[in-house]
Amino acid sequence: MKGLSHNLRRLACMLLLTLSTAALGQTRDFDYRLSPQQVADGVYVLIGKTEDFSLDNGGDIVNTGFIIGREGVIVIDTGSSKRYGEQMRAAIARLTPLPIVLVINTHHHPDHFLGNQAFAVDTLAALADTRRAIEAEGAGFLDNMYRLNGDWMRDTEVAIPRRTLTAGPLEAGGRKLELVALGGHTVADLAVLDTPTGTLFAADLVFNKRAPTTPHAEIKRWLQSLDQLQALRFNRLVPGHGEVTTGTDAIEQTRQYLQWLDQTLRDGAEQGLDMTEMLALTVPDKFAGLAEVRTEFRRSVTHLYPAAEQAALQRGR
Amino acid sequence: MRIIRTLANAATLLLFALPLQAAPQPDSDPLASPRWVDMQRMFFRDAEVVFDDRVRVSAPTTAEDALNVPVAIDLGSLQGVEEVLVFADFNPIVKALSYEPGQARANLAFRLKLQQSSPVRAAARTADGRWHVGGTWVNTTGGGCTLPSTGTGSPEWQQRLNEVSARRWPRIDGGTRLRLQIIHPMDTGLAAGIPVFHIDTLDIDTADGRRLMRILPSEPVSENPLFTLDIPPDVLGQGAIRVAGRDNNGNPIRAEIAP
Ligand SMILES: [Zn+2]
Repeated sequence: MKGLSHNLRRLACMLLLTLSTAALGQTRDFDYRLSPQQVADGVYVLIGKTEDFSLDNGGDIVNTGFIIGREGVIVIDTGSSKRYGEQMRAAIARLTPLPIVLVINTHHHPDHFLGNQAFAVDTLAALADTRRAIEAEGAGFLDNMYRLNGDWMRDTEVAIPRRTLTAGPLEAGGRKLELVALGGHTVADLAVLDTPTGTLFAADLVFNKRAPTTPHAEIKRWLQSLDQLQALRFNRLVPGHGEVTTGTDAIEQTRQYLQWLDQTLRDGAEQGLDMTEMLALTVPDKFAGLAEVRTEFRRSVTHLYPAAEQAALQRGR
Repeated sequence: MRIIRTLANAATLLLFALPLQAAPQPDSDPLASPRWVDMQRMFFRDAEVVFDDRVRVSAPTTAEDALNVPVAIDLGSLQGVEEVLVFADFNPIVKALSYEPGQARANLAFRLKLQQSSPVRAAARTADGRWHVGGTWVNTTGGGCTLPSTGTGSPEWQQRLNEVSARRWPRIDGGTRLRLQIIHPMDTGLAAGIPVFHIDTLDIDTADGRRLMRILPSEPVSENPLFTLDIPPDVLGQGAIRVAGRDNNGNPIRAEIAP
Protein backbone atom coordinates (compact mmCIF):
# COMPACT_ATOMS: atom_id res chain seq x y z
CA MET A 1 0.00 0.00 0.00
CA LYS A 2 2.80 2.34 0.92
CA GLY A 3 4.72 1.28 -2.18
CA LEU A 4 1.68 1.87 -4.32
CA SER A 5 1.16 5.39 -3.08
CA HIS A 6 4.85 6.16 -3.55
CA ASN A 7 4.64 4.94 -7.12
CA LEU A 8 1.45 6.85 -7.84
CA ARG A 9 2.97 10.04 -6.55
CA ARG A 10 6.06 9.45 -8.63
CA LEU A 11 3.95 8.80 -11.69
CA ALA A 12 2.00 12.00 -11.12
CA CYS A 13 5.24 13.93 -10.70
CA MET A 14 6.69 12.56 -13.88
CA LEU A 15 3.54 13.21 -15.83
CA LEU A 16 3.60 16.84 -14.74
CA LEU A 17 7.28 17.14 -15.55
CA THR A 18 6.84 15.56 -18.95
CA LEU A 19 4.06 18.00 -19.71
CA SER A 20 6.00 21.04 -18.54
CA THR A 21 9.13 19.94 -20.40
CA ALA A 22 7.10 19.39 -23.54
CA ALA A 23 5.52 22.80 -23.11
CA LEU A 24 8.94 24.42 -22.98
CA GLY A 25 9.97 22.56 -26.10
CA GLN A 26 12.96 21.02 -24.37
CA THR A 27 14.30 17.59 -24.90
CA ARG A 28 16.66 15.86 -22.55
CA ASP A 29 18.93 12.96 -23.29
CA PHE A 30 19.46 12.23 -19.57
CA ASP A 31 23.18 11.93 -20.11
CA TYR A 32 25.14 13.26 -17.13
CA ARG A 33 28.21 13.51 -19.39
CA LEU A 34 30.34 12.08 -16.62
CA SER A 35 34.02 12.54 -17.27
CA PRO A 36 36.29 10.89 -14.72
CA GLN A 37 39.33 12.99 -13.83
CA GLN A 38 42.44 11.13 -12.82
CA VAL A 39 43.83 12.73 -9.66
CA ALA A 40 46.45 10.11 -8.80
CA ASP A 41 47.68 6.76 -10.07
CA GLY A 42 44.53 4.68 -10.53
CA VAL A 43 42.36 7.21 -8.68
CA TYR A 44 39.51 8.96 -10.48
CA VAL A 45 36.88 11.43 -9.39
CA LEU A 46 33.64 12.63 -10.92
CA ILE A 47 33.12 16.19 -9.77
CA GLY A 48 29.50 17.27 -9.40
CA LYS A 49 28.15 20.79 -9.65
CA THR A 50 28.06 22.83 -6.44
CA GLU A 51 24.33 23.35 -6.85
CA ASP A 52 21.16 22.14 -5.27
CA PHE A 53 19.23 19.27 -6.87
CA SER A 54 17.36 20.39 -9.98
CA LEU A 55 15.59 19.20 -13.10
CA ASP A 56 18.56 20.56 -15.05
CA ASN A 57 21.38 18.83 -13.18
CA GLY A 58 19.40 15.66 -12.42
CA GLY A 59 21.20 15.32 -9.10
CA ASP A 60 24.74 15.55 -10.49
CA ILE A 61 25.76 17.68 -7.52
CA VAL A 62 27.95 15.22 -5.69
CA ASN A 63 31.48 13.95 -6.04
CA THR A 64 31.92 10.25 -6.59
CA GLY A 65 35.08 8.35 -7.33
CA PHE A 66 36.70 5.04 -8.07
CA ILE A 67 40.07 3.41 -7.59
CA ILE A 68 41.44 0.90 -10.08
CA GLY A 69 43.43 -1.69 -8.15
CA ARG A 70 45.56 -4.55 -9.49
CA GLU A 71 42.65 -6.98 -9.60
CA GLY A 72 39.52 -4.93 -9.31
CA VAL A 73 37.83 -1.58 -8.95
CA ILE A 74 36.58 0.11 -5.78
CA VAL A 75 33.71 2.57 -6.21
CA ILE A 76 33.15 5.35 -3.69
CA ASP A 77 29.55 6.57 -3.72
CA THR A 78 27.13 6.00 -6.57
CA GLY A 79 25.36 9.31 -7.23
CA SER A 80 21.73 10.37 -7.16
CA SER A 81 19.98 7.96 -9.53
CA LYS A 82 20.00 4.64 -11.29
CA ARG A 83 20.95 6.47 -14.48
CA TYR A 84 23.94 8.05 -12.71
CA GLY A 85 25.08 4.67 -11.39
CA GLU A 86 24.76 3.09 -14.84
CA GLN A 87 26.62 5.92 -16.54
CA MET A 88 29.31 5.78 -13.87
CA ARG A 89 29.73 2.05 -14.41
CA ALA A 90 29.99 2.63 -18.16
CA ALA A 91 32.63 5.33 -17.61
CA ILE A 92 34.63 2.88 -15.48
CA ALA A 93 34.32 0.18 -18.12
CA ARG A 94 35.78 2.54 -20.71
CA LEU A 95 38.94 2.80 -18.57
CA THR A 96 39.42 -0.76 -17.35
CA PRO A 97 38.18 -4.29 -18.02
CA LEU A 98 38.64 -5.18 -14.33
CA PRO A 99 35.57 -6.12 -12.29
CA ILE A 100 34.03 -3.85 -9.69
CA VAL A 101 34.70 -5.65 -6.42
CA LEU A 102 33.57 -3.16 -3.79
CA VAL A 103 31.03 -0.30 -3.83
CA ILE A 104 31.18 1.93 -0.77
CA ASN A 105 28.40 4.27 0.37
CA THR A 106 30.14 6.83 2.55
CA HIS A 107 26.88 7.82 4.29
CA HIS A 108 23.11 7.60 3.93
CA HIS A 109 22.36 10.76 1.96
CA PRO A 110 20.49 10.03 -1.28
CA ASP A 111 23.02 11.60 -3.67
CA HIS A 112 25.58 9.11 -2.36
CA PHE A 113 23.69 5.82 -2.69
CA LEU A 114 20.78 6.03 -5.15
CA GLY A 115 23.02 4.82 -7.99
CA ASN A 116 23.52 1.51 -6.14
CA GLN A 117 21.14 -0.41 -8.40
CA ALA A 118 23.68 -0.25 -11.23
CA PHE A 119 26.11 -2.41 -9.27
CA ALA A 120 26.10 -6.05 -8.13
CA VAL A 121 24.24 -6.30 -4.82
CA ASP A 122 26.94 -8.29 -3.07
CA THR A 123 29.49 -5.53 -3.74
CA LEU A 124 27.44 -2.83 -1.96
CA ALA A 125 28.96 -1.94 1.41
CA ALA A 126 28.65 0.66 4.17
CA LEU A 127 29.08 1.18 7.89
CA ALA A 128 26.43 -0.58 10.01
CA ASP A 129 24.71 2.67 11.02
CA THR A 130 24.66 3.84 7.40
CA ARG A 131 23.01 0.59 6.30
CA ARG A 132 20.38 0.99 9.00
CA ALA A 133 19.78 4.65 8.10
CA ILE A 134 19.34 3.82 4.39
CA GLU A 135 16.85 1.16 5.36
CA ALA A 136 14.92 3.56 7.61
CA GLU A 137 14.99 6.73 5.53
CA GLY A 138 15.72 5.62 1.98
CA ALA A 139 12.11 5.49 0.78
CA GLY A 140 11.41 9.00 2.07
CA PHE A 141 14.51 10.37 0.34
CA LEU A 142 13.52 8.66 -2.88
CA ASP A 143 10.14 10.42 -3.08
CA ASN A 144 11.81 13.75 -2.55
CA MET A 145 14.46 13.03 -5.19
CA TYR A 146 11.81 12.20 -7.82
CA ARG A 147 10.24 15.55 -7.07
CA LEU A 148 13.52 17.46 -7.29
CA ASN A 149 15.23 15.71 -10.19
CA GLY A 150 12.27 14.55 -12.24
CA ASP A 151 12.72 11.96 -14.96
CA TRP A 152 16.45 11.67 -14.30
CA MET A 153 15.29 9.41 -11.46
CA ARG A 154 13.37 6.96 -13.68
CA ASP A 155 13.31 3.42 -12.26
CA THR A 156 15.52 4.38 -9.33
CA GLU A 157 14.87 2.29 -6.24
CA VAL A 158 16.64 2.00 -2.92
CA ALA A 159 19.29 -0.75 -2.90
CA ILE A 160 20.46 -1.26 0.67
CA PRO A 161 24.14 -2.21 0.96
CA ARG A 162 24.53 -5.78 2.20
CA ARG A 163 28.08 -5.74 3.44
CA THR A 164 29.06 -4.07 6.68
CA LEU A 165 32.29 -2.13 6.76
CA THR A 166 34.29 -1.43 9.90
CA ALA A 167 37.10 1.01 10.60
CA GLY A 168 40.67 0.00 9.81
CA PRO A 169 42.75 -1.30 6.93
CA LEU A 170 40.98 -3.10 4.10
CA GLU A 171 42.37 -4.70 0.98
CA ALA A 172 40.09 -4.81 -2.03
CA GLY A 173 40.89 -5.46 -5.69
CA GLY A 174 44.53 -5.74 -4.68
CA ARG A 175 44.51 -2.19 -3.32
CA LYS A 176 45.25 -1.20 0.28
CA LEU A 177 42.71 1.18 1.79
CA GLU A 178 42.29 2.68 5.23
CA LEU A 179 38.69 3.12 6.36
CA VAL A 180 38.12 5.92 8.86
CA ALA A 181 34.73 5.65 10.58
CA LEU A 182 33.54 9.09 11.64
CA GLY A 183 30.26 10.94 12.04
CA GLY A 184 28.58 14.25 12.64
CA HIS A 185 27.47 15.10 9.12
CA THR A 186 25.21 12.09 9.56
CA VAL A 187 25.00 9.26 12.07
CA ALA A 188 27.94 7.59 10.32
CA ASP A 189 30.36 9.08 7.80
CA LEU A 190 33.08 6.97 6.27
CA ALA A 191 36.29 8.54 5.00
CA VAL A 192 38.37 6.36 2.69
CA LEU A 193 42.13 6.78 2.34
CA ASP A 194 43.78 5.22 -0.69
CA THR A 195 47.04 4.22 0.96
CA PRO A 196 49.35 3.97 -2.12
CA THR A 197 48.55 7.47 -3.36
CA GLY A 198 47.53 9.23 -0.14
CA THR A 199 44.18 10.26 -1.64
CA LEU A 200 41.59 10.94 1.03
CA PHE A 201 37.92 10.64 0.12
CA ALA A 202 36.50 12.75 2.93
CA ALA A 203 32.81 12.21 2.10
CA ASP A 204 30.44 15.00 3.17
CA LEU A 205 32.50 15.75 6.25
CA VAL A 206 34.28 18.22 3.98
CA PHE A 207 32.73 20.69 1.57
CA ASN A 208 34.92 22.86 -0.68
CA LYS A 209 33.59 26.33 -1.57
CA ARG A 210 30.09 25.01 -1.02
CA ALA A 211 28.05 25.50 2.14
CA PRO A 212 27.74 22.32 4.24
CA THR A 213 24.32 20.66 4.47
CA THR A 214 22.99 19.70 7.88
CA PRO A 215 19.73 17.73 7.79
CA HIS A 216 21.20 15.04 10.05
CA ALA A 217 24.10 16.96 11.51
CA GLU A 218 25.51 16.88 14.99
CA ILE A 219 27.96 19.73 14.81
CA LYS A 220 30.07 18.90 17.86
CA ARG A 221 30.80 15.42 16.56
CA TRP A 222 31.35 16.76 13.05
CA LEU A 223 34.02 19.17 14.34
CA GLN A 224 35.75 16.29 16.13
CA SER A 225 35.71 14.34 12.88
CA LEU A 226 37.34 17.26 11.07
CA ASP A 227 40.15 17.22 13.65
CA GLN A 228 40.64 13.52 13.01
CA LEU A 229 40.74 14.06 9.25
CA GLN A 230 43.24 16.86 9.62
CA ALA A 231 45.50 14.60 11.65
CA LEU A 232 45.66 12.07 8.81
CA ARG A 233 48.53 12.13 6.37
CA PHE A 234 47.18 12.68 2.88
CA ASN A 235 48.41 14.15 -0.41
CA ARG A 236 45.05 15.25 -1.72
CA LEU A 237 41.52 15.41 -0.44
CA VAL A 238 38.33 14.68 -2.36
CA PRO A 239 35.47 16.53 -0.63
CA GLY A 240 31.88 15.32 -0.87
CA HIS A 241 31.04 18.49 -2.78
CA GLY A 242 33.43 20.91 -4.51
CA GLU A 243 36.86 20.69 -6.11
CA VAL A 244 39.68 18.36 -5.09
CA THR A 245 42.32 20.07 -2.99
CA THR A 246 45.83 19.19 -1.85
CA GLY A 247 45.85 21.01 1.48
CA THR A 248 43.71 21.35 4.56
CA ASP A 249 41.99 24.52 3.29
CA ALA A 250 38.63 22.82 2.66
CA ILE A 251 38.71 21.20 6.11
CA GLU A 252 39.43 24.60 7.66
CA GLN A 253 36.68 26.29 5.63
CA THR A 254 34.14 23.66 6.68
CA ARG A 255 35.25 23.96 10.30
CA GLN A 256 34.93 27.75 10.35
CA TYR A 257 31.48 27.70 8.84
CA LEU A 258 30.24 25.03 11.25
CA GLN A 259 31.69 26.88 14.23
CA TRP A 260 30.02 30.09 13.13
CA LEU A 261 26.73 28.28 12.53
CA ASP A 262 26.82 26.58 15.91
CA GLN A 263 27.67 29.81 17.73
CA THR A 264 24.99 31.76 15.86
CA LEU A 265 22.33 29.22 16.76
CA ARG A 266 23.34 29.13 20.41
CA ASP A 267 23.57 32.91 20.68
CA GLY A 268 20.16 33.32 19.05
CA ALA A 269 18.52 30.82 21.38
CA GLU A 270 20.24 32.34 24.38
CA GLN A 271 18.89 35.78 23.40
CA GLY A 272 15.37 34.41 23.03
CA LEU A 273 15.10 34.89 19.27
CA ASP A 274 12.21 33.21 17.50
CA MET A 275 12.98 30.92 14.56
CA THR A 276 11.54 33.44 12.10
CA GLU A 277 14.02 36.02 13.46
CA MET A 278 16.87 33.54 13.02
CA LEU A 279 15.83 32.92 9.41
CA ALA A 280 16.09 36.65 8.74
CA LEU A 281 19.74 36.88 9.87
CA THR A 282 22.35 37.61 7.21
CA VAL A 283 25.34 35.38 6.59
CA PRO A 284 28.69 37.20 7.12
CA ASP A 285 30.63 38.23 4.00
CA LYS A 286 33.38 35.86 5.05
CA PHE A 287 31.19 32.96 3.90
CA ALA A 288 29.79 34.67 0.82
CA GLY A 289 32.11 32.58 -1.38
CA LEU A 290 30.39 29.34 -0.35
CA ALA A 291 27.90 28.23 -2.98
CA GLU A 292 24.29 27.99 -1.75
CA VAL A 293 25.23 29.52 1.61
CA ARG A 294 22.06 31.56 2.17
CA THR A 295 19.80 28.64 1.34
CA GLU A 296 21.80 26.23 3.46
CA PHE A 297 21.87 28.60 6.40
CA ARG A 298 18.08 28.81 6.40
CA ARG A 299 17.84 25.04 6.16
CA SER A 300 20.28 24.62 8.98
CA VAL A 301 18.20 26.92 11.18
CA THR A 302 15.23 24.64 10.56
CA HIS A 303 17.25 21.52 11.31
CA LEU A 304 19.29 22.65 14.27
CA TYR A 305 17.59 25.57 15.99
CA PRO A 306 14.98 23.48 17.86
CA ALA A 307 17.70 21.73 19.88
CA ALA A 308 19.40 25.05 20.65
CA GLU A 309 16.05 26.48 21.77
CA GLN A 310 15.38 23.55 24.07
CA ALA A 311 18.78 23.93 25.67
CA ALA A 312 18.21 27.65 26.21
CA LEU A 313 14.75 27.07 27.71
CA GLN A 314 16.17 24.44 30.08
CA ARG A 315 18.80 26.91 31.23
CA GLY A 316 16.02 29.33 32.10
CA ARG A 317 14.60 27.02 34.74
CA MET B 1 -18.99 16.36 1.51
CA ARG B 2 -18.40 16.96 -2.18
CA ILE B 3 -22.11 17.47 -2.77
CA ILE B 4 -22.29 20.04 -0.02
CA ARG B 5 -19.35 21.91 -1.43
CA THR B 6 -20.83 21.86 -4.92
CA LEU B 7 -24.07 23.24 -3.55
CA ALA B 8 -22.18 25.94 -1.70
CA ASN B 9 -20.31 26.83 -4.88
CA ALA B 10 -23.54 26.99 -6.78
CA ALA B 11 -24.91 29.30 -4.10
CA THR B 12 -21.86 31.53 -4.45
CA LEU B 13 -22.33 31.70 -8.19
CA LEU B 14 -25.93 32.73 -7.67
CA LEU B 15 -24.82 35.46 -5.29
CA PHE B 16 -22.37 36.81 -7.80
CA ALA B 17 -25.02 36.67 -10.45
CA LEU B 18 -27.07 39.19 -8.50
CA PRO B 19 -24.70 42.14 -8.25
CA LEU B 20 -27.13 44.53 -6.60
CA GLN B 21 -28.03 42.22 -3.72
CA ALA B 22 -24.55 40.79 -3.22
CA ALA B 23 -22.77 41.55 0.03
CA PRO B 24 -19.88 44.01 -0.43
CA GLN B 25 -16.80 42.08 -1.50
CA PRO B 26 -13.32 42.97 -0.25
CA ASP B 27 -10.57 43.76 -2.72
CA SER B 28 -9.38 40.71 -4.54
CA ASP B 29 -7.14 38.41 -2.54
CA PRO B 30 -3.53 39.67 -2.80
CA LEU B 31 -2.40 36.04 -2.50
CA ALA B 32 -4.68 35.00 -5.39
CA SER B 33 -5.76 31.84 -3.62
CA PRO B 34 -8.60 29.88 -5.21
CA ARG B 35 -9.69 29.01 -1.67
CA TRP B 36 -10.13 32.60 -0.50
CA VAL B 37 -13.87 32.73 -1.06
CA ASP B 38 -14.26 29.55 0.99
CA MET B 39 -12.06 30.98 3.70
CA GLN B 40 -14.11 34.10 3.83
CA ARG B 41 -17.33 32.15 4.14
CA MET B 42 -15.87 29.82 6.76
CA PHE B 43 -14.46 32.45 9.09
CA PHE B 44 -16.04 35.82 8.49
CA ARG B 45 -19.55 35.33 7.11
CA ASP B 46 -21.14 38.76 6.99
CA ALA B 47 -18.38 40.64 8.80
CA GLU B 48 -16.37 43.30 7.08
CA VAL B 49 -13.00 42.08 5.85
CA VAL B 50 -10.09 44.20 4.65
CA PHE B 51 -6.64 43.21 3.43
CA ASP B 52 -4.34 45.21 5.64
CA ASP B 53 -0.57 45.62 5.17
CA ARG B 54 -0.16 46.14 8.90
CA VAL B 55 -0.98 42.47 9.43
CA ARG B 56 2.31 40.79 8.61
CA VAL B 57 2.92 37.06 8.57
CA SER B 58 6.58 36.04 8.50
CA ALA B 59 7.24 32.53 7.29
CA PRO B 60 9.80 30.97 4.97
CA THR B 61 8.91 31.09 1.25
CA THR B 62 9.91 27.45 1.12
CA ALA B 63 9.48 25.39 4.25
CA GLU B 64 12.30 22.94 4.82
CA ASP B 65 10.30 20.92 7.33
CA ALA B 66 6.55 20.59 6.71
CA LEU B 67 6.06 19.47 10.30
CA ASN B 68 7.60 22.64 11.70
CA VAL B 69 6.89 25.71 9.62
CA PRO B 70 7.85 28.78 11.64
CA VAL B 71 5.28 31.55 11.54
CA ALA B 72 5.36 34.94 13.24
CA ILE B 73 2.36 37.25 13.35
CA ASP B 74 3.18 40.93 13.65
CA LEU B 75 0.29 43.38 13.82
CA GLY B 76 2.53 46.45 13.79
CA SER B 77 0.58 49.60 14.51
CA LEU B 78 -2.86 48.04 14.35
CA GLN B 79 -4.63 49.02 17.58
CA GLY B 80 -7.51 47.54 19.53
CA VAL B 81 -7.11 43.94 18.40
CA GLU B 82 -9.46 41.60 20.25
CA GLU B 83 -8.89 38.32 18.47
CA VAL B 84 -6.49 36.92 15.88
CA LEU B 85 -7.12 33.88 13.71
CA VAL B 86 -4.28 32.08 11.94
CA PHE B 87 -5.14 29.70 9.12
CA ALA B 88 -3.74 28.01 6.03
CA ASP B 89 -6.15 27.84 3.07
CA PHE B 90 -5.00 24.44 1.80
CA ASN B 91 -4.51 22.57 5.06
CA PRO B 92 -6.98 19.73 5.67
CA ILE B 93 -7.66 21.41 9.01
CA VAL B 94 -7.63 25.03 7.96
CA LYS B 95 -7.49 26.80 11.30
CA ALA B 96 -4.11 26.62 13.05
CA LEU B 97 -4.98 28.62 16.14
CA SER B 98 -6.58 31.74 17.43
CA TYR B 99 -5.48 34.05 20.21
CA GLU B 100 -6.82 36.90 22.24
CA PRO B 101 -4.15 39.38 23.23
CA GLY B 102 -4.71 40.81 26.68
CA GLN B 103 -1.94 42.99 28.04
CA ALA B 104 0.69 41.25 25.91
CA ARG B 105 1.46 42.66 22.49
CA ALA B 106 -0.82 41.30 19.82
CA ASN B 107 2.10 39.50 18.16
CA LEU B 108 2.67 35.76 18.38
CA ALA B 109 5.14 33.31 16.85
CA PHE B 110 4.79 29.54 16.72
CA ARG B 111 5.25 26.63 14.30
CA LEU B 112 2.64 24.77 12.31
CA LYS B 113 2.26 21.68 10.16
CA LEU B 114 1.49 22.16 6.47
CA GLN B 115 0.05 19.45 4.30
CA GLN B 116 0.89 21.23 1.05
CA SER B 117 1.86 24.64 -0.29
CA SER B 118 -0.61 27.20 0.99
CA PRO B 119 -1.21 30.78 1.98
CA VAL B 120 -0.72 31.21 5.71
CA ARG B 121 -2.85 34.08 6.94
CA ALA B 122 -3.59 36.04 10.03
CA ALA B 123 -6.90 37.81 10.51
CA ALA B 124 -7.13 40.33 13.33
CA ARG B 125 -10.53 41.48 14.58
CA THR B 126 -10.58 45.00 15.91
CA ALA B 127 -13.14 46.38 18.36
CA ASP B 128 -15.28 47.70 15.50
CA GLY B 129 -15.86 44.12 14.36
CA ARG B 130 -13.77 44.49 11.24
CA TRP B 131 -11.30 41.74 10.23
CA HIS B 132 -7.85 42.85 9.02
CA VAL B 133 -6.19 40.14 6.95
CA GLY B 134 -2.57 39.63 5.93
CA GLY B 135 -0.58 36.61 4.87
CA THR B 136 2.09 34.98 2.78
CA TRP B 137 2.48 31.92 0.57
CA VAL B 138 4.54 29.06 1.95
CA ASN B 139 5.73 26.36 -0.43
CA THR B 140 6.35 22.90 0.91
CA THR B 141 6.60 19.32 -0.23
CA GLY B 142 4.15 18.73 2.56
CA GLY B 143 2.74 15.71 4.28
CA GLY B 144 2.92 17.55 7.60
CA CYS B 145 -0.62 16.85 8.73
CA THR B 146 -1.00 13.20 7.92
CA LEU B 147 2.30 12.08 9.40
CA PRO B 148 2.17 10.71 12.93
CA SER B 149 3.89 12.83 15.55
CA THR B 150 7.21 11.45 16.72
CA GLY B 151 5.91 11.68 20.28
CA THR B 152 3.08 9.24 19.67
CA GLY B 153 5.58 6.51 18.96
CA SER B 154 7.74 7.12 22.02
CA PRO B 155 6.98 6.37 25.66
CA GLU B 156 8.83 9.51 26.77
CA TRP B 157 6.06 11.98 26.10
CA GLN B 158 3.58 10.06 28.22
CA GLN B 159 5.66 10.82 31.29
CA ARG B 160 6.41 14.37 30.23
CA LEU B 161 3.01 15.21 28.72
CA ASN B 162 2.11 18.86 29.25
CA GLU B 163 5.46 19.63 30.86
CA VAL B 164 6.26 23.32 30.33
CA SER B 165 9.72 24.80 29.66
CA ALA B 166 9.74 28.55 29.65
CA ARG B 167 12.03 31.50 29.98
CA ARG B 168 11.66 35.26 29.98
CA TRP B 169 14.08 37.78 28.56
CA PRO B 170 14.28 41.51 29.26
CA ARG B 171 13.85 43.49 26.03
CA ILE B 172 15.64 46.68 25.10
CA ASP B 173 12.36 48.63 25.35
CA GLY B 174 11.97 47.57 28.98
CA GLY B 175 9.42 44.92 28.09
CA THR B 176 9.68 41.16 28.38
CA ARG B 177 9.88 38.38 25.85
CA LEU B 178 8.34 35.09 26.88
CA ARG B 179 9.06 31.81 25.15
CA LEU B 180 7.32 28.68 26.33
CA GLN B 181 7.27 25.15 25.07
CA ILE B 182 4.90 22.38 26.09
CA ILE B 183 5.52 18.69 25.59
CA HIS B 184 2.55 17.45 23.58
CA PRO B 185 2.17 15.26 20.45
CA MET B 186 -0.49 17.54 18.89
CA ASP B 187 -1.92 14.68 16.85
CA THR B 188 -4.23 15.85 14.08
CA GLY B 189 -6.34 12.70 13.93
CA LEU B 190 -5.50 12.48 10.22
CA ALA B 191 -2.74 9.88 10.56
CA ALA B 192 -4.22 6.39 10.35
CA GLY B 193 -5.15 4.92 13.72
CA ILE B 194 -4.04 7.90 15.81
CA PRO B 195 -6.90 9.87 17.37
CA VAL B 196 -6.96 13.64 17.56
CA PHE B 197 -5.06 14.83 20.62
CA HIS B 198 -4.02 18.43 21.00
CA ILE B 199 -3.74 21.32 23.41
CA ASP B 200 -6.86 23.44 23.02
CA THR B 201 -6.51 26.18 25.65
CA LEU B 202 -3.60 28.08 27.07
CA ASP B 203 -4.11 31.07 29.36
CA ILE B 204 -1.10 33.21 30.14
CA ASP B 205 -1.72 35.58 33.04
CA THR B 206 0.15 37.78 35.48
CA ALA B 207 0.48 36.55 39.05
CA ASP B 208 -2.27 38.99 40.10
CA GLY B 209 -4.66 37.60 37.54
CA ARG B 210 -4.45 39.99 34.59
CA ARG B 211 -4.69 38.29 31.23
CA LEU B 212 -1.59 38.54 29.04
CA MET B 213 -2.86 36.31 26.27
CA ARG B 214 -5.23 33.44 25.67
CA ILE B 215 -4.11 31.00 22.97
CA LEU B 216 -6.51 28.45 21.51
CA PRO B 217 -4.40 26.01 19.46
CA SER B 218 -5.93 23.70 16.87
CA GLU B 219 -4.52 20.46 15.46
CA PRO B 220 -2.07 21.97 12.91
CA VAL B 221 0.12 23.55 15.61
CA SER B 222 3.40 21.59 15.64
CA GLU B 223 4.29 18.88 18.10
CA ASN B 224 5.76 20.23 21.35
CA PRO B 225 4.43 23.70 20.60
CA LEU B 226 6.74 26.63 21.21
CA PHE B 227 5.19 30.09 21.54
CA THR B 228 7.02 33.40 21.49
CA LEU B 229 5.27 36.50 22.78
CA ASP B 230 6.24 39.97 23.89
CA ILE B 231 4.92 41.89 26.85
CA PRO B 232 5.22 45.70 26.95
CA PRO B 233 7.10 47.51 29.75
CA ASP B 234 5.38 48.04 33.11
CA VAL B 235 2.92 45.17 32.77
CA LEU B 236 4.75 42.48 34.69
CA GLY B 237 6.82 44.23 37.33
CA GLN B 238 8.58 41.64 39.48
CA GLY B 239 5.71 39.22 39.45
CA ALA B 240 5.61 35.71 38.03
CA ILE B 241 3.75 34.67 34.88
CA ARG B 242 1.11 31.98 35.30
CA VAL B 243 0.28 29.48 32.58
CA ALA B 244 -2.85 27.38 32.79
CA GLY B 245 -4.36 25.27 30.07
CA ARG B 246 -5.60 21.87 28.94
CA ASP B 247 -5.72 19.51 26.03
CA ASN B 248 -8.83 18.07 24.40
CA ASN B 249 -8.65 15.05 26.73
CA GLY B 250 -8.79 17.33 29.74
CA ASN B 251 -5.18 16.88 30.85
CA PRO B 252 -4.19 20.07 32.66
CA ILE B 253 -1.21 22.32 31.90
CA ARG B 254 0.17 24.42 34.73
CA ALA B 255 3.35 26.42 35.16
CA GLU B 256 4.65 29.49 36.89
CA ILE B 257 7.50 31.43 35.34
CA ALA B 258 9.44 33.56 37.77
CA PRO B 259 11.31 36.65 36.54
ZN1 LIG C 1 25.64 14.22 2.86
